[in-house]
Amino acid sequence: MTMTATAGHAHADPHHIGIVIEHPGPASKRIVTAYGFWVFLLSDIVMFSCFFAAYAVLSGQTADGPKGSEIFEQRNVAIETVCLLLSSFTCGMASIAADVRNRFWFYLGMSVTCVLGLIFLVIEFREFADLVTRGYGPSRSAFLTAFFSLVGCHGLHVSAGVLWLLTMMAQVFAKGFRADILRRMMCFALFWHALDIIWVAVFSVVYLLGSGA
Amino acid sequence: MSDQTHMPAGHDLAPGDEEQHSVGTRILGYVVGLVLALLLTATSFFIAGTDLVWQPSIPVALIVLAIAQMGVHLVFFLHITTGPDNTNNVLALAFGLLVVFLVVGGTVWIMAHLNANMPPMDHIMRMQ
Repeated sequence: MTMTATAGHAHADPHHIGIVIEHPGPASKRIVTAYGFWVFLLSDIVMFSCFFAAYAVLSGQTADGPKGSEIFEQRNVAIETVCLLLSSFTCGMASIAADVRNRFWFYLGMSVTCVLGLIFLVIEFREFADLVTRGYGPSRSAFLTAFFSLVGCHGLHVSAGVLWLLTMMAQVFAKGFRADILRRMMCFALFWHALDIIWVAVFSVVYLLGSGA
Repeated sequence: MSDQTHMPAGHDLAPGDEEQHSVGTRILGYVVGLVLALLLTATSFFIAGTDLVWQPSIPVALIVLAIAQMGVHLVFFLHITTGPDNTNNVLALAFGLLVVFLVVGGTVWIMAHLNANMPPMDHIMRMQ
């Protein structure tokens, strides 16, 4: 009996590092779901990298239209950035509250996240509308096309995130903190934090580098 | 036999999940992440508009600050760490980063060379 056990362990530990990993079978559904969503987020980031590459190539092609430094307002971008950073924090608070099944803090965290996301969207929409009314719409130059598609794509993601956020609040209201709801909540938190990472790249590459050059 | 170290079963961690911590520790993690991210953001905005530093260094500084801030987000908000239970998540991230660098770096590299090797536009017009 001891012999077979040793043989089994030697097989599980071929390099004799002294750590035997018992194979516990398939991973739990929480791990599988979140890992799959993580892979989706990475492919989403790869898609954004294509928009970034297009922007990097086209940022100088202004066709005698405005340059980035002439249309970007750093104050608005700073407000947008602070909104998204704080919303990432409150989203984290909401996911902690969901894990300890505290409804009050969950609703509070999600509501603040929602409001901050909406403030971000309003500022961005007003910036776009202002540019279009001044005649600097996406059809003005290749630079503006790349700018509107990159920043607009991020804005669309945030809009989808706000809708998802409201859905999560409704689901917790109707169904409570069930295991499947908690998995969805974890995916939502990952999505929201990943959007923040993309926004870091957007404000650094588009707004700050663009207004300097 | 007794010298074998047995790992507990189910030793993987979902992305976004942390190892077992108390609520206070988890909130503290988010607070630290928020403070670091705000500091890095403020530095970025300050560097972009200042005359205090050597001007050609500003783009490099902005990119370094952005990468640092993405790292802060990954560690403190997404909880992607280098722990043994996080190997799968880190490997997926590494592959994603590889593709991102190939796409962005490759595009910028090729398009810059194409631009440099193109004859001026009026030259092309005359050739037709």
